[in-house]
Amino acid sequence: MSVTPTPPQRLPTDWKSDAMRKRIAGRYAAERRFKYAGLFAVLLSASFLAFLLVTMMGNGLRGFTRTEIALKIDFPASPLLLDPAAITDESLNQANLPMVTDTVAKKLLGADADTLLSPTAWVSIRDAIKADPKILSRTETISVPASTGLDLAAKGQGSPEMEAAVARLKQQDVLSTGFNTSFLTASDGTDPTQVGIWGAFKGSLLTMIVTLVLSFPIGVATALYLEEYARKSWWTDIIEVSINNLAAVPSIIFGLLGLSIFLNLAHLPRSAALVGGMTLALMTMPVIVIAGRNAIKSVPPSIRDAALGIGASPVQVVFQHVLPLALPGILTGTIIGMARALGETAPLLMIGMRAFIATPPGGITDPATVLPVQIFLWSDEVSKGFVEKTSAAIIVLLAFLLAMNGLAIYLRNKFETRW
Amino acid sequence: MTGPAILLLLAGLGAIAWVSARARALRLQTVARATGRRDAVHSLPGYHGWYVALWTLIPAAIFLAVWANVVPGLVTQSVLADPAAQSLPLDGFSRSAILGEARAIASGDQAGAFNPLSQGLVEPYAQALNKYGVAGGVLALVLAFAGGAYAFTRIRPDFRARTRVERLVMASLLIASLIAIVTTVGIVASLLWESFRFFSMVNPIDFLFGTKWSPQSAAMGYGNDDAFGAVPLFWGTIFIGAIIAMIVAIPLGLMSAIYLTQYASPTVRKWMKPTLEMLAGVPTVVYGYFAALTIAPALRDFAVAIGIHGASSESALAAGLVMGVMIIPFVSSMADDSIAAVPQSMRDGSLAMGATTSETIRKVLIPAALPGVVGGVLLAVSRAIGETMIVVMAAGLAANLTVNPFASVTTVTTQIVQLLTGDQEFDSAKTLAAFALGLVLFIVTLLLNIVALRVVKKYREAYE
Repeated sequence: MSVTPTPPQRLPTDWKSDAMRKRIAGRYAAERRFKYAGLFAVLLSASFLAFLLVTMMGNGLRGFTRTEIALKIDFPASPLLLDPAAITDESLNQANLPMVTDTVAKKLLGADADTLLSPTAWVSIRDAIKADPKILSRTETISVPASTGLDLAAKGQGSPEMEAAVARLKQQDVLSTGFNTSFLTASDGTDPTQVGIWGAFKGSLLTMIVTLVLSFPIGVATALYLEEYARKSWWTDIIEVSINNLAAVPSIIFGLLGLSIFLNLAHLPRSAALVGGMTLALMTMPVIVIAGRNAIKSVPPSIRDAALGIGASPVQVVFQHVLPLALPGILTGTIIGMARALGETAPLLMIGMRAFIATPPGGITDPATVLPVQIFLWSDEVSKGFVEKTSAAIIVLLAFLLAMNGLAIYLRNKFETRW
Repeated sequence: MTGPAILLLLAGLGAIAWVSARARALRLQTVARATGRRDAVHSLPGYHGWYVALWTLIPAAIFLAVWANVVPGLVTQSVLADPAAQSLPLDGFSRSAILGEARAIASGDQAGAFNPLSQGLVEPYAQALNKYGVAGGVLALVLAFAGGAYAFTRIRPDFRARTRVERLVMASLLIASLIAIVTTVGIVASLLWESFRFFSMVNPIDFLFGTKWSPQSAAMGYGNDDAFGAVPLFWGTIFIGAIIAMIVAIPLGLMSAIYLTQYASPTVRKWMKPTLEMLAGVPTVVYGYFAALTIAPALRDFAVAIGIHGASSESALAAGLVMGVMIIPFVSSMADDSIAAVPQSMRDGSLAMGATTSETIRKVLIPAALPGVVGGVLLAVSRAIGETMIVVMAAGLAANLTVNPFASVTTVTTQIVQLLTGDQEFDSAKTLAAFALGLVLFIVTLLLNIVALRVVKKYREAYE
């Protein structure tokens, strides 16, 4: 018989002793430190985002405004030879408005007028005459855009000479700040006061349409096939592995694919929205498939059973019952995938969308550029005036992304069904 | 007849086929029901409509697709047979230039000719284009009619139109799912093929282990030896993506996840989680611009102020820091998932023993969730090394082998962009090197993903 060992005598812990109190206080302090470290991490991450947004806003909002100079033009006394009764595009083109503008401006603003006015200042005068030919018989004040140097100086970032010019013009009371409409209607250019995002925006729109038209049906069909019909086999395993890998492949690899297959093998047009859209569609498709499968999976089997039970065929079950119920989830995934594609730059650089394109594309086979690539191109420009334009374009891009993500969240909250 | 006109006409024919076939099936149904045999018609009228419409459209569409690929050759042949083509130069390049110009004028893409020879070919070209265009259109319409008529005659009460339409639906679903495989094969094949051509010019050993990278000198004719050593690129990629970015992303992401899941009130969590996720939604070109415009100059000034030599305005640190910020939500959501997967009983047990929340997290939750966290970090690394725009805009092009974070380094993705933009002759080692780099990048990210997913999966199984 063995003797059970008696446990060693142990005094109950004296929780009130100084050593214990100190120890407990230390543990609570560690607890607080850990908690605040976590809070600090969250706040630091959020402040990065805030810092980024504030920087872009600070630089970019100025890009939406432009400095204008009011020119008080005495048309009857000007060297302009135009008949107010017969104003046509042709007669305006023949009237040599750029030279007339220059002469008038020199008289009003001094000999350095050509450094103060934007090279496209005459366009504002032409538009004013076209809008109301009667002004040709009287003195009229027309606001024309200022040059890049003057624009920057008026916004507090220019050279000393231009600062002096700004002070002088302010004394003449001809400077004003207006909304830069040409930023939204013009395309790429060489002078920062003249550039706009319309061309890039249209390119983005065409590219996104191609991407959506290709990736949405293919993605949904793949998700339906894998989730509803395919019996599990080595074949569906290959499909599944391919899709998961494609979702993780770096985007630049898709650019290499587009370059070697679509451009060099199939000889599709370079820099075109068609090729850009096809490349991005391959990238977006896995996202749609994965979101689609999750949405389809969440439709309860009882719905399929009920439909089958009253005599629907498998295709009818899926297309008349499962798909409509899964559609909100699929759409949410699609919008998120499209938002990612809209912000994508690297693969499009590979297929030549970084060319300088000064006219908006007319169709999906025309050379085009897209918003992110335009941002990249402007960020490379040395001229200081491009900083605010780049940031302004970034604001536009972020606004679109925010709107798309907001729409996705709205769709999810509105149509999501909990079974 | 132009392409859009034919397509519109075909679409119209298809619609007519659908309507008329449906009407006929409907009549059959009414007749059958009138005679009291309710189950006599197998398929709903709409399926008969689809059956006939598809028979109208698909053969014609297939024919048009083939025709569009064959016609350019036929047109060129018939133009070359024209007497005006006798005076063409025999040299292949100028010959095809003239033919191309004539075709552009004939189809209205170009207003006038630069070469008088091509002006003479415009007329034959226009004739041939017109001839084959009309022939193709007529043949397509005949096919559409024939297909539609054949299908229309098959409409009977017991005809199984639904089965046939559904078979086509299933086939198209299967084909759609093959696109993913085709894409993967396309990526692998194009990378392998171009890399193979590159490695026939440059020794793979030199590429993988050489330490001097200067493709520009190779392009200028100094030979391919010693110009394509990619080690500085690999180092730069690892330095920025796997070291600096992770030093930023892992502590911030992990601590954010811990705070938001364990400490934060539901309201804070509801607002802060989407806010952090916005970091992942910002386009990389915006991060790149931010890094180049704001972070990089500040870091350079800082480095100069504390007296570090070799500080560059394009530094590894600027690119790595910003990339780390971009990766935070990624690490955070992976950590979030794996902490949530630790069984509640383990947490309860630890708390019941008197451990504080932070002790439970540090000594129970994190060790238990570690495989998941490691898997998430590996995925984050694979994303960071494939990231392009931030490093293109902020990291620079100098292929330095340095551990100074304030110096400029270059990465694999930067060099791919650099090699492939600008002039492109597709036979030089310089452009093909981009594909070899792409292949390395593809293999590495793939391996990282496979390993990470395996780690995560194994760990999930441990708790299920």
